[in-house]
Amino acid sequence: MQPSDMSAVDLVTAVRQGDLTALRATEVFLERIERLDGQINAFLAVDREGALRTAAAIDAKRKAGKPLGPLAGLPVAVKDALCTSDLPTTCASKMLAGFRPPYDAEVVARLRAADAVIVGKTNMDEFAMGGSNENSAFGPVHNPWDLTRAPGGSSGGSAACVAADMAPVAIGSDTGGSIRQPAGLCGITGLKPTYGRVSRRGLVAFASSLDQIGPMARSAADCALLLETIAGHDPGDATSLDLPVPAYGTDLERPLEGVRIGRVPAHFGAGLDPEVAHAVEEAFAAFRAAGATIIDIDMPHADAGVATYYLVAPCEASSNLARYDGAHYGHRAEPGGHRAEPGGAPASGGGFESALVEMYCRSRAEGFGPEVKRRIMLGTYALSAGYYDAYYAKALKVRRLIRQDYLDAFEKVDLIGGPVSATAAFKLGEKSGDPLAMYLVDLYTVCTNLAGVGGISFPCGFTKGGLPIGFQLQAPALAEPLLLRATDRYQHLTDWHRRRPAIAARPR
Amino acid sequence: MTATPTAAAPFTTVIGLEVHVQLQTRTKLFCGCSTTFGAPPNTHVCPTCLGLPGSLPVMNRTAFELAVRAALALGCKIAPFTKWDRKNYFYPDLPKGYQISQFDLPFSSEGALEVVDPKGALSRNVRITRVHLEEDAGKSMHDEAAGTGDTRIDLNRAGTPLCEIVTEPDLRSPQEARAWLNELKLLLVYLGVSDCNMQEGSLRVDANVNLHIPCDGGRIAKTPIVEIKNMNSFRSVERALVYEVARQYEEWQATKAEMGKTPKQTRGWDDPAGVTRAQRHKEESSDYRYFPEPDLVPVTVSDEWLAATRDAMGDPPSVLREKLAATWKIPPYDADVLVNQGHELVAYFQDLAERVGEGKVASNWMQQDVLRTLNERGGSIDAFPVRPATVADIIGRVAKGDFDTSRAREIFAEVLASGRTVDDVVASMGIAAVDDDELISLCRELLAENPRVVADVKGGKEQAAAGLIGQAKKKNPNVNPGKVRAMCLDLIRRM
Repeated sequence: MQPSDMSAVDLVTAVRQGDLTALRATEVFLERIERLDGQINAFLAVDREGALRTAAAIDAKRKAGKPLGPLAGLPVAVKDALCTSDLPTTCASKMLAGFRPPYDAEVVARLRAADAVIVGKTNMDEFAMGGSNENSAFGPVHNPWDLTRAPGGSSGGSAACVAADMAPVAIGSDTGGSIRQPAGLCGITGLKPTYGRVSRRGLVAFASSLDQIGPMARSAADCALLLETIAGHDPGDATSLDLPVPAYGTDLERPLEGVRIGRVPAHFGAGLDPEVAHAVEEAFAAFRAAGATIIDIDMPHADAGVATYYLVAPCEASSNLARYDGAHYGHRAEPGGHRAEPGGAPASGGGFESALVEMYCRSRAEGFGPEVKRRIMLGTYALSAGYYDAYYAKALKVRRLIRQDYLDAFEKVDLIGGPVSATAAFKLGEKSGDPLAMYLVDLYTVCTNLAGVGGISFPCGFTKGGLPIGFQLQAPALAEPLLLRATDRYQHLTDWHRRRPAIAARPR
Repeated sequence: MTATPTAAAPFTTVIGLEVHVQLQTRTKLFCGCSTTFGAPPNTHVCPTCLGLPGSLPVMNRTAFELAVRAALALGCKIAPFTKWDRKNYFYPDLPKGYQISQFDLPFSSEGALEVVDPKGALSRNVRITRVHLEEDAGKSMHDEAAGTGDTRIDLNRAGTPLCEIVTEPDLRSPQEARAWLNELKLLLVYLGVSDCNMQEGSLRVDANVNLHIPCDGGRIAKTPIVEIKNMNSFRSVERALVYEVARQYEEWQATKAEMGKTPKQTRGWDDPAGVTRAQRHKEESSDYRYFPEPDLVPVTVSDEWLAATRDAMGDPPSVLREKLAATWKIPPYDADVLVNQGHELVAYFQDLAERVGEGKVASNWMQQDVLRTLNERGGSIDAFPVRPATVADIIGRVAKGDFDTSRAREIFAEVLASGRTVDDVVASMGIAAVDDDELISLCRELLAENPRVVADVKGGKEQAAAGLIGQAKKKNPNVNPGKVRAMCLDLIRRM
């Protein structure tokens, strides 16, 4: 079996047992990136030399009889929103083009410590803002199932590279669905953990109270493997949870008898594509067949989710992105007509202030793309004096109601199931002229982040046109073991997650 | 106490202060970088205080504890729950584009600090509106000399913990403001909260001032509030306020402009010129778009922790003054002088007083000898070479009658100058105790040589004996004048 066809679990086992070298595994995936990524554009940076060097070092370690990390030899693609000290970290923005952080994100450090092989940084919507990957300053990612379609976003590069077998696993981040929605549109499995489960240190912030890093892979079992390495307390992130990390891979095979899965009838209203609705209902049927009970529940405030999200997230973003001002790092506009006048004292309101403001305005105008600017303006407006109470403060109140919906629901059920997005992958350019239509792409995913709970998405069927359809499960805080177990049980009954796009199967 | 307009000042001066103090922590408020002053620019920095992408803050618990200590000493209520907020504005010395501060739920509020002049000239209870914690910004240096208008940024200070103390407008004169600041500084230094070094910027003061002017018909006209900035010493604060009070009164007489009709003005103090100058108005009032800091978790304060913090805090100066006065039976003035020198000096005094057993004697020695020479020499009391045991030894010998106080002062000065022991100095100065036989024969000699004095004393003029003392000292510099006098009078009585 080719390493590219192996599960991540099998791959690390093969490396540990000596049946496969880390070097060979890495070479295979690098070769696939080289061959396929010209059409997909999933990577913003590929670290061929670094990856081969790391792989060789792991093989040498094994030969010397030294203990290997739990991910030894596993190639991993990392979303370009995570800081890497040896590779540029751009967030797919011109603002950070070529920016190299002086430190590794906590998750990157954990991957390295686990002997994973980082093969490159993946494309995304600029600063993780978007649901199609069209907001990348370095060109959109093409969906491996249909190159004319979007892979979803914002972790579109991570989803597409796993779907096309350019990496067995990838790291994504999810602020309002950015792992689950592209996983759904690309036919892979993606987990957004409970807020605080995975350290955010070194993840370039979009909306701090919503951002969460998670694993993207071809199966729940592979997600479990990756999550076990990246989860855990980080004293450097005040919002990270100081709780033990379960062995996510050990409880996957326990049957689902007695597990109650909630179904929200309102999810199946207008706007949901009938093919998607059908596949999702079929998945509920499969879960019932696997022993779970399906119970209809109500999430009364879910319809306010998108509006709430599009206040909370832009407000935080407007502040988080203030640091990109051209003064210290990142893009700075060339000096224009308004040079500081010699001796212009700041107190006199002379040259310095106007030159500074000019530099700020032009650097930000040139460095940010339109969607980022739109959200900065939305957030700045909503936080302004006179508007705060009507927008931000009210959004926080609704957020509490949404969180309460989840608490109430999880009194009755163990999981909540449903569609991950209303349609399968849409055409590139189809929604990019209509921001509001694009925001509605997040309809089924934003509430998970607002509530701070976990969610997973995985393929549950295909459209007649051959596009994957995603199913989402959400769970109470810290119930990742149950999310992974339910998905793994489903994946033992079905083979949707094993299907590969034609592009991935072309002659080697 | 209410200040009323007097003939000297036909108005009431109303002053409120806003004080920023850097807390004496080893590391910054939200990262592990050093807070040491004076390092080469941009050497005490890390991703967090540089505001690099992906960096996160983690609260320094020591900073929080020091701030709570200050608030407790200021009699503030400590909130059981407090949170952090972001104050958003763009400036190059603020690398994140926001300052982490506290907005609507400061960790403490509603305190007071009284300033009392022991001579009774003033006494004012100044209410504290709130005390909150925030991070400092870096420093911008506008390099005008280079002629390019370049601005250099040093981020060593960025992220240093700052405690902001805001008073109610309770102060009624520039002198009071200065005295109150002295008391606040003393308190903060006592508690180890801050070194309050204004030169290094660890204490900064802004003052808000206006005048309440009685008009015809009993109406009070209030002049527009002015905020004064750029004051680099407490003396500057007093001078700036004196200037500003006069300026506002003149302006009011000319324009009759009252508060509320013009926006609050900011004026900068120009120390060399001795004037305040209007600073540029921003066209719109600043909107800092405060919102809760999502990268930090709220802080909850338990009663147990608060009690432990209070217990570990030590006495504030006001309590210490009362304790010293009561324990050592010294006048309030003495206690004030001693306490105002800082707790090291108080410790020295207490050590000395315990050895001497008499507070007032020890206090006199502290003020007349120890403090005076300490001020001349400079340095701290802990490094002062003459320790309490030695001073107590000298005082003890005076009590025994070995020598008089003026001789003792000479010995103290010589011990301090030479570093030798008291015995050594006494020996080298030829000071030896004069025994009673020696004293009797010396006095007999004197009386024989001065029949006139003997006659005067017999005639009832005891004061005539004073003339004998100078002669006695010439014969033997070690004699105790009091003893000579008493002995001579005794001998004359028996004649």
